Amino acid sequence: MKKLSQIKHSAAAAPHIVWAVLFILLPLFIVTYYAFTDADGAFSFENVTSLSEYLKIFGLSMELAVIATFVCLLVGYPLAYIMARANPKRQKLFIMLLMLPMWTNLLIRTYSIMAILDDGGILNTILNTSMHIVGTKGAVIFGMVYDFLPYMVLPIYTCISKIDKHMWEAAADLGCNSFKVISKVIFPLSMSGVISGVTMVLVPSISTFYISQKLGGGTFELIGDTIERQFVTGALNVGAAISLVMMLLILLSLAVMNKFTDSEDGGIIA
Amino acid sequence: MKKHLQRLYLGLIFAILYIPIITLIFFSFNSENSTAVFAGFSLRWYKELFSSPETFIALRNSIILAVTSSVIATVIGTAAAEGIYRMRNKHFKSAILSVTNIPMMNPEIVTGMSMMLFFVAVAGILSVSYESIGFAAMLIAHVTFSLPYVILSVLPRINEFGDSLSEAAMDLGCTPMQAFFKVKLINIMPGVLSGALMAFTMSLDDFVISYFVGSSNFQTLPLLIYSMTKKKVTPDMYALSSLIIITIFILLLIYNYKSGKRIKKRRLIGGYKK
Repeated sequence: MKKLSQIKHSAAAAPHIVWAVLFILLPLFIVTYYAFTDADGAFSFENVTSLSEYLKIFGLSMELAVIATFVCLLVGYPLAYIMARANPKRQKLFIMLLMLPMWTNLLIRTYSIMAILDDGGILNTILNTSMHIVGTKGAVIFGMVYDFLPYMVLPIYTCISKIDKHMWEAAADLGCNSFKVISKVIFPLSMSGVISGVTMVLVPSISTFYISQKLGGGTFELIGDTIERQFVTGALNVGAAISLVMMLLILLSLAVMNKFTDSEDGGIIA
Repeated sequence: MKKHLQRLYLGLIFAILYIPIITLIFFSFNSENSTAVFAGFSLRWYKELFSSPETFIALRNSIILAVTSSVIATVIGTAAAEGIYRMRNKHFKSAILSVTNIPMMNPEIVTGMSMMLFFVAVAGILSVSYESIGFAAMLIAHVTFSLPYVILSVLPRINEFGDSLSEAAMDLGCTPMQAFFKVKLINIMPGVLSGALMAFTMSLDDFVISYFVGSSNFQTLPLLIYSMTKKKVTPDMYALSSLIIITIFILLLIYNYKSGKRIKKRRLIGGYKK
């Protein structure tokens, strides 16, 4: 009787499994197919070999995304730390304040930054200056940091607020000053939060195309823009090849980071 | 001293986070056609927004899509969570969870690209135009990227709830189906609801995947905003955005109230892990 009900219950996952095969795996297979064929459907390596043209763009995207992620970590860690140490009522408010921008559409947020920083924008109007900000790398990085900062702060915050209060006291009792408590105890313990924050900022930063379109002022292209351009111009095979490479790179780095956190966690907690 | 510094830091970061949003809402009330110089207070852009049929069509489309995709994702996802919980084969279980998480880990642009190519192929096989399957394509795409979030918010509840009460119900004469619907489902409801709400807001908010998968005859709000920001922007885009921000704010209040925020955190913390 029990066995029978078990089979029946597992069958509840069947629609999802069918769905996942049809709409997750099959599309990825089709991307691979497109990446290795030409416009007529004949097998070819041309798309993949032509990727060397985009090496520079890959590099630039990587550079900007890594800088943005690093700035997010630098700005976000103290923020998460202060939030986690605040009294519980305040914490709830801070979380709300952090989540509202996160749930506001990315296009809107990015556009409003552009309206402020633009050449004839609000900042220049108020200060009566003519600073040229939009169109620089700095503006794009600022946009990424602004848009994705909450994704860095929330996981770190969750992680820090879960750390046993006694850890702090124990470390202090054993002679750590407050800087050492953070660097030797709290930071290593919050590593899994840091790693998930880093991935949650890095992945959308590398692949963005709206931020670079608006805040880059059309002066440079990131890999997301390249994919989008192939899509708009209908060069789907090349677009598929770039997407495929990007996906593999990201899944690979996620796997590496996952390994890293697992051993890290195990080492400290055990 | 330290306390003051901490407050100053928090204040500064939140100020930077909110300045663009507040400016945007502020300029939506501008009486002149400018997004940089404030001439005076007026509701002109709101009137203009409400008199344009485009906005209403996009809003209607967005809501239809968000409601249908979140309902489908919640039903399939809840059933899947129960099924996954029951699975005995560890490898099969983790394989399914990994595949489920792909749309969550993959950059949106890759998911969008892959789904678009898939639907191009489907339209080719059915020998119909891409436009004619536009809504179905969009619906399937939205269900697909919402599913992991639903499963991720339901599965922990099911794990927590365990088996004993369902077994008790079956001992007392319930069929397995009855035990699920009358006992378990009611108890895991908070997880199901927050999964549904998450799927709903994600669908409403999605731009990248919709941009790739969508076709010209089915425009959603984010797509409308995108096409508005392509041209020289007038404050009616601001008015539209302000309305969306306020709606999100209200949704967020409800969401937080329902203790759903646990899920969001869980997603952020364990999202990419198996």
